[in-house]
Amino acid sequence: MIVVILLLASIAFQWAKHRAISLVGGTRGIRNLHSLPAYYGMYVALWCALPALAVLGVWHLFGDRVVIGMVLAQMPLAFQNLPADQAGLLLNDLRNVVAGAIPMDTVRPEIVAAAHHWQQLNAQSAVAGGLLALSVAIIVGVLALRTVRSDLRARNRVEKMAEWALLASSGIAVLTTVGILASVLYEAIHFFHFVSPIDFLFGTTWSPQMAMRDDQVGSSGAFGAVPLFAGTLLIALIALVVSVPVGLFSAIFLAEYAVRSVRTVIKPLLEILAGIPTVVYGFFAALTVGPLLRDFGVSVGLTVASESALSAGLVMGVMIIPFISSIADDMITAVPQSLRDGAYALGATRSETIRNVVLPAALPGIVGGVLLAASRAIGETMIVVMAAGLSANLTANPFQAVTTVTVQIATLLVGDSEFDSPKTLAAFALGLVLFFATLVLNVIALKVVRKYREQYD
Amino acid sequence: MTESAGHQQTTQQRVAASLRRRYAAEMRFRAYGVFAVAVGLLFVAFLFTSIISKGYTAFEQTYVAVDVVYSPELIDPAGSRLAETLQAADYQAVLRASLRAEFPQFEGRTSLRHLYGTVSNSAEQVLRDRVLANPALIGGHERVWLLAHGHIDMFVKGQIDRNLPESARPISDEEIAWVDALQTAHRVQIRFNKAFFTAGDSREPEQAGVAGALAGSALTLFMALLLSFPIGVAAAVYLEEFAPKNVWTDIIEVNINNLAAVPSIVFGLLGLAMFIQFFGLPRSVPLVGGLVLSLMTLPTIIITGRASLKAVPPSIREAAFGMGASPMQMVLHHVLPLALPGVLTGTIIGMARALGESAPLLMIGMVAFIVDVPHGLSDPSTVLPVQIYLWAQSPERAFVERTSGAIMVLLGFLLLMNAVAVILRNRFERRW
Amino acid sequence: MTIEKHQHVVNISRGLVFNEGDQSLPGEAIETKTVGQVTVDSPVISARHVNVHYGEKQAIKDVSIDVAKNAVIAFIGPSGCGKSTFLRCLNRMNDTIANAKVSGSIRLDGSDIYDRSQDIVQLRARVGMVFQKPNPFPKSIYENVAYGPKIHGLAGNRADLDEIVQLSLRKAGLWEEVKDRLDNPGTGLSGGQQQRLCIARAIAVDPEVILMDEPCSALDPIATAKVEDLIDELRENYAIVIVTHNMQQAARVSQRTAYFHLGDLIEVGPTEQIFTNPRHRLTEDYITGRFG
Repeated sequence: MIVVILLLASIAFQWAKHRAISLVGGTRGIRNLHSLPAYYGMYVALWCALPALAVLGVWHLFGDRVVIGMVLAQMPLAFQNLPADQAGLLLNDLRNVVAGAIPMDTVRPEIVAAAHHWQQLNAQSAVAGGLLALSVAIIVGVLALRTVRSDLRARNRVEKMAEWALLASSGIAVLTTVGILASVLYEAIHFFHFVSPIDFLFGTTWSPQMAMRDDQVGSSGAFGAVPLFAGTLLIALIALVVSVPVGLFSAIFLAEYAVRSVRTVIKPLLEILAGIPTVVYGFFAALTVGPLLRDFGVSVGLTVASESALSAGLVMGVMIIPFISSIADDMITAVPQSLRDGAYALGATRSETIRNVVLPAALPGIVGGVLLAASRAIGETMIVVMAAGLSANLTANPFQAVTTVTVQIATLLVGDSEFDSPKTLAAFALGLVLFFATLVLNVIALKVVRKYREQYD
Repeated sequence: MTESAGHQQTTQQRVAASLRRRYAAEMRFRAYGVFAVAVGLLFVAFLFTSIISKGYTAFEQTYVAVDVVYSPELIDPAGSRLAETLQAADYQAVLRASLRAEFPQFEGRTSLRHLYGTVSNSAEQVLRDRVLANPALIGGHERVWLLAHGHIDMFVKGQIDRNLPESARPISDEEIAWVDALQTAHRVQIRFNKAFFTAGDSREPEQAGVAGALAGSALTLFMALLLSFPIGVAAAVYLEEFAPKNVWTDIIEVNINNLAAVPSIVFGLLGLAMFIQFFGLPRSVPLVGGLVLSLMTLPTIIITGRASLKAVPPSIREAAFGMGASPMQMVLHHVLPLALPGVLTGTIIGMARALGESAPLLMIGMVAFIVDVPHGLSDPSTVLPVQIYLWAQSPERAFVERTSGAIMVLLGFLLLMNAVAVILRNRFERRW
Repeated sequence: MTIEKHQHVVNISRGLVFNEGDQSLPGEAIETKTVGQVTVDSPVISARHVNVHYGEKQAIKDVSIDVAKNAVIAFIGPSGCGKSTFLRCLNRMNDTIANAKVSGSIRLDGSDIYDRSQDIVQLRARVGMVFQKPNPFPKSIYENVAYGPKIHGLAGNRADLDEIVQLSLRKAGLWEEVKDRLDNPGTGLSGGQQQRLCIARAIAVDPEVILMDEPCSALDPIATAKVEDLIDELRENYAIVIVTHNMQQAARVSQRTAYFHLGDLIEVGPTEQIFTNPRHRLTEDYITGRFG
């Protein structure tokens, strides 16, 4: 269908172009046109295609729902009054039958009938939608064609449309944020119907396992997220303790001490660490660092869990090293040479210059970088999912297993999830907390960094 | 004069007196720097050696030669030689009978189970294919190279220590003896593991491959690129060339910068709630994966795109305007072509990041066990990093090697993409 | 007239120059193509046959000159003539530039500052420097001045340090203006005050020589006048080398003037004589504004 519309649009393009040319008496009269003929073509073609495509899109989005409603309405009454969860299952079955994933002969005849009905409606809907779009294309296209006159400001109009398209593209970023907020907030508010925000934010027990049947023990589940926050912070802290000194000092070495040739070799080598996918770090933490730490713990008489906060934090720290070092490097090189000269001229040694002049001057920028790194550590998922474990311990002992916000989001939502149990919804509440925590860190950090950059521009 | 000279003398002496301490501090400080760089490099080396040493064996696979007797009673007792009969015959029984006949020392249920377990269960299919291709084999016997079971493979590659007590290793003394005997008879071979690149996922490590995950990654990336490149470039052009300086564009700008730092798992939540729950798109498909990843890479593309647009000097714009070009013509004819290498570099880097991303894809169900290689945007599939995650979760020893192998494949692709980005930047980027 | 002068140059460029001119100062005999008296009695700094290369490019060509105690010498010349480069040789600031190479000898109180045994930190404590653009550290006024004495261990205790800071600020003529806000950031001062702060910072280390690289080029006329007065006062205690683009300034503050041209030191002499009766054609062209 889309192809047909595009074809139509290209016909409209040619037609309008020729019409524009013939309006002014052939190719010699082009000077009398306001814009080049191609712009007239483009103008009409856009009018021809865009509304039609919009109609098609809307039809596609909502047609399915209408069809489902009609199918359900036609089914025997027994099927219509099913409870919500069973109705969902039924619908899934139906969908699979229609898609051909389940052979027709393995399901009940009612479903087969409904499936046939569905297929029939689908076909009808496609034809109707197509016809509607086609007629819209033709009508609007002809209307636009009639407006083509020599003084029509076709170029300006086309460019205006293009500009709107550009604006819409940059609006997508805003829409994404709105989408994130809306989806997370909506489900989180849903969650807070089951569990009060106070219990969620300040409760100290986390066991989201809901009982399948009412008579099981512990059927309520507990959603106190403090252990998760503590675990997240513990791991992020370990990561920063590893990465800040290493990252900062390698940046200092590379920016102030290393000669050019050394720098051009070492810098990309360190940046390899930034390009490695997090799942690889997770694997590394779980299968290499974890056991290594455990064995080391045994040899010095410490009990280190094989899934410990330490192994996840250490590896996460390694991941963040290049992040910190490249930001610190930027900030250090942004410190004007005149400040260094001032210190050298007083007889300061290189390290005195760095410690007393360069670093204090670069400090705001570096702090901003560290905040960004912290936000990253808090939001990092794969490493902790694979290496930190699931047990919600409220502990500051880095040798024990802890769990984090991201781990819980991932485990609560992986697999088929129903959107009406607190267990699933809790993930969105956690997502909300995570989003806001990182947002605050990011906003502060970006502001600090930007201000710092302006200072020396 | 004398007083001044004397004073200066003491200043000099004092400076000289402090020198030792200060140079020691200088050396220490420098050593910290060297140490930090060394630590970083050490980690790089450690990571790579650890993964390569674990993973290079994934590209090889153990095969054993078995004398298969195609007994007519088991395959086609009626002698019809019809394709359906041959198709439906019990080749597992054929294989088991052959193994029993060849290795009579295995007796009793446990022993026999060990014996049957030494050959991968894909052998059935191999035998079936051979018979279907050449029904004349029935009644005869031949030596066939069959895929060894994962445990045997591990043992042959030396990753299971034979000196461990029997209970502590996945293969029995009997099996070890069997392998030893075959090895002395040159009936064990280690071959290049072609299946690793052509097969989909499998429960059996010796049959599992990355082809499905690679196809899934390719489809997902294709979808992401399709959306994020045009939208990203358009947004960058708008913000850099057209946007008026007002509150709204400020909001958009701050928003994009923040979006670039939002944890990827949050994008997964968005995908789950919006695309799957609200719009009713199917789970586990590259279509949704691509949508989520495109939203994630969009900020990167916009930010790098803007930077390279900004690098085009204003004189070019003025020259275009001077010729009477409209703003749109100026951008499309002059600025964008000049900025394109930079934009492409940013896009490739964004795509490389998307290729390595797994957390948001877990959320939208691309974490399922999928054997078939996907062929379209709406076929259920998984992606390479998620495949790595899945294999890493598997307790079987043989999957560790597969995981490392898959990681090497993934890193290979990332390296390739980054190399392309670097080459692009070095060859086409101009310095103004 | 010009031809005659030119010939004069050719003549002396191969000869030895002894105590020329009426305001002659005694000094050792050296071979140089420079016009005028390059040597002085008991110099603080004496540079001999200094060459500076930046990679392939030669920025300073065989320059020899002495710097006298308790006097101001001004280096003048068109942009890119090498005067700043030469200045930066005097406390080895060129060391921070990767591909700069210095040859020849520069002696400070008789010992070669490019000698391997010369400590660069010690050298810079003795030869201070003030830069073209005021570059106070992003710290308080007090910390800016106290920084040098602190790193060099010049003050035994806090009271000593306070005293050094006050004295230096007084010498720099800034004390009255900042004594109530020593804890305010140095970057908050006006341009002229910042430059005087940088001078105070330099003299807090109690150097023998102060190098000034166009110290007033970023300042307005009033601030410039203050700094010039200050330079005149500082002459009592220090040898000062000043690079300037501004010929009036050179005439106002210096006792000797050296004219650089394309890396060559063309002429040296008492300031009055250079400005009223230059002996080299290039110097005259520059002074009279025909060139540069």
